[in-house]
Amino acid sequence: MTFWNDPINFLAEWLRGVFMGWGMAASPANAVTDIIGIVVMILFSMGIAILLVWVERKVVARFQDRLGPNRIGPYGLFQPFADIVKLIIKEDITPDGADKLVFNMAPVISLASVILIWAVVPLASKIYGVDLNVAVLYLVAVGSFGTLSVIMAGWASNNKYALIGAFRMVATMISYEIPMVVALLIPTIIAGTMSVKGITQAQSGIWFVILSPLGLLLFLICAIAELGRSPFDLNEAESEIVAGFHIEYTGMKFGLFYAGELLHAFTFGGFMAVFFFGGYGGFFGLEKLSAFTWLSNPFIQLVVFLIKALIGYWVIMWVKYSMPRIRIDHMLLFNWKFLTPLAFVLLMMTALVDKLLAPTNFYVLGMFLSNVLFAWIVIEILRAYSKRERSVTVEPAEPVAQAAHH
Amino acid sequence: MQNQWLYIGLFLVIGVIVPIVPLLASRFLAPHKPNPIKQSTYECGIETVGESWVQFKSQYYIYALVFLVFDVETVFLFPWALALQKLAIFAVLEGILFILILLAGLTFAWRKGLLEWA
Amino acid sequence: MTPDQFIFLLCAALIIASAIMVVTSKNLVHSALWLVATLFGVAILYALLQAAFLALVQVVVYIGAIAILFIFAVMLTRRELRDKGPQLNQNWGLSAVMAVFTFGGLFYILSSWSGFSAKAVEIPVGTDPLRMLGYALVSPDAYVLPFEVASILLLAALVGAVYIATASKK
Repeated sequence: MTFWNDPINFLAEWLRGVFMGWGMAASPANAVTDIIGIVVMILFSMGIAILLVWVERKVVARFQDRLGPNRIGPYGLFQPFADIVKLIIKEDITPDGADKLVFNMAPVISLASVILIWAVVPLASKIYGVDLNVAVLYLVAVGSFGTLSVIMAGWASNNKYALIGAFRMVATMISYEIPMVVALLIPTIIAGTMSVKGITQAQSGIWFVILSPLGLLLFLICAIAELGRSPFDLNEAESEIVAGFHIEYTGMKFGLFYAGELLHAFTFGGFMAVFFFGGYGGFFGLEKLSAFTWLSNPFIQLVVFLIKALIGYWVIMWVKYSMPRIRIDHMLLFNWKFLTPLAFVLLMMTALVDKLLAPTNFYVLGMFLSNVLFAWIVIEILRAYSKRERSVTVEPAEPVAQAAHH
Repeated sequence: MQNQWLYIGLFLVIGVIVPIVPLLASRFLAPHKPNPIKQSTYECGIETVGESWVQFKSQYYIYALVFLVFDVETVFLFPWALALQKLAIFAVLEGILFILILLAGLTFAWRKGLLEWA
Repeated sequence: MTPDQFIFLLCAALIIASAIMVVTSKNLVHSALWLVATLFGVAILYALLQAAFLALVQVVVYIGAIAILFIFAVMLTRRELRDKGPQLNQNWGLSAVMAVFTFGGLFYILSSWSGFSAKAVEIPVGTDPLRMLGYALVSPDAYVLPFEVASILLLAALVGAVYIATASKK
């Protein structure tokens, strides 16, 4: 194994050799090497978070027909560093009446819950933290720490706007977790495994987006709601309740929340790529040809994954900057009355079609057409419902003048 | 790594330490001049009206309750989803029955107005 | 002491300390957060026993749903979140003695059980316990009936929630 074929193992072996050469026994050398690996992975994710600050500001500027940061560094690339310096040197104000320990812990737990996801992100076939065989459930479990940090932040701020925002955000996050878990169950059923590496490898024939486009749509909607971004961001709407649960956070604590949110969005973009767009793979067997074996190099796979994750992140930003925000009761009703039943029926249909058509030749076509049929039925139901709603208000009122004539 | 969970435990520990580092930097580099006006609670720039405790809608609790029931249901569905590959269609039908019973519960809650806001 | 034992003792200390803080903390929301720490400690125990699925389910259901429910309940109903008055009443000595005796009695009874000092069985490397759980849950001669009955139990919970909520709304 050389560096180019298998970078992580190569470096780990080399480091272990160095440590044992210094006289350490085998198992502390292993432990220290692993710790160094963990720190590198976390610093990589933090580096991506820093880049995302720039990406976000440039993209929002272009959506709003302006330039965005372009002074600091070429194309404004060093803007995030200026932001970090600014946030660190700003005064850290703790409001009176706030619960100090909980107030300080909330941003740390929020960012830690996002960093924890990076233990299972499959960046390439040989670059990842651990290959947990319950990685899909791990994703959901780590999200619940994020929920906890929101309510801690809202309560500890001793501010009724923060508490209102925190309640709304937690209600949104937990409500949209159900359709999201169901949307995650769909690739699990098709691939037959809960490990993200297994799901990526199961897509080496065909991407799951073709087998279940509605699953992708469901996951996208629920991911945007989980992130608390527009159009589901009534919780931190500046015109409504002034930044919601993180009103009272200043300086670097706010920076941790903000960086956590951006990194979380990127991670969800990455998982959209993993679950539906083939993850780090995607050359559909081309790399098996002798001229193209370099395509299965881990670094190429890393670049492919990052490009797909950035495209997913761009879609999330696109939705954010194009749509108006939705009222909180509409948000929650949309979830419980529309998305949850739809998600479960989609799950049942996918399981049934998958089982019935798996041994036949019509698998891909059948799955795709069943999704199309399901989407058509749902649109028809929605159309009938909206027609009924509209007909209630369209009754012409009896003209008063005419009634007075009789 | 031999033990995956040990790796995740270490990830958790280091993942908690990494956000604390900029906070510590901020504590040393940032000014620290508290005064009562700065520390008063923010309410759109005016003095706070009323106490900080407001009666919240009990509907949030009901959404959390319904979420709990469905969360447990989806947790049951994970082993079912893994087992589907190697079993006959009977397994799919059992899972469908499971989901249908709970969809009936959701419909019941819907019709009883449990999901209405206020 | 092996590293596993050390981590187990650390984890047990976390659970017991958090549990004591849940009961003795004067601030209700702090109690709820200490409860989260206790439940997380139990999840670590499951992970130590190689029960990955149970550890994650513990986090998802207990911390992600039940602890949030507790926190909502506390914040929605209690105006004053701090307990006033003394923590202990005048009978604390007698109840402490009774608690120690109960613990001693339970320990004595359990120590005569064969499983008390048995080692945990190592899971063979190739098997996937979660998949086998899945097979067991749907095969007719294993646990399919409890699986379906579990969904009826959840339905009953939902109906109960509807009843309580609509009764209180009237």
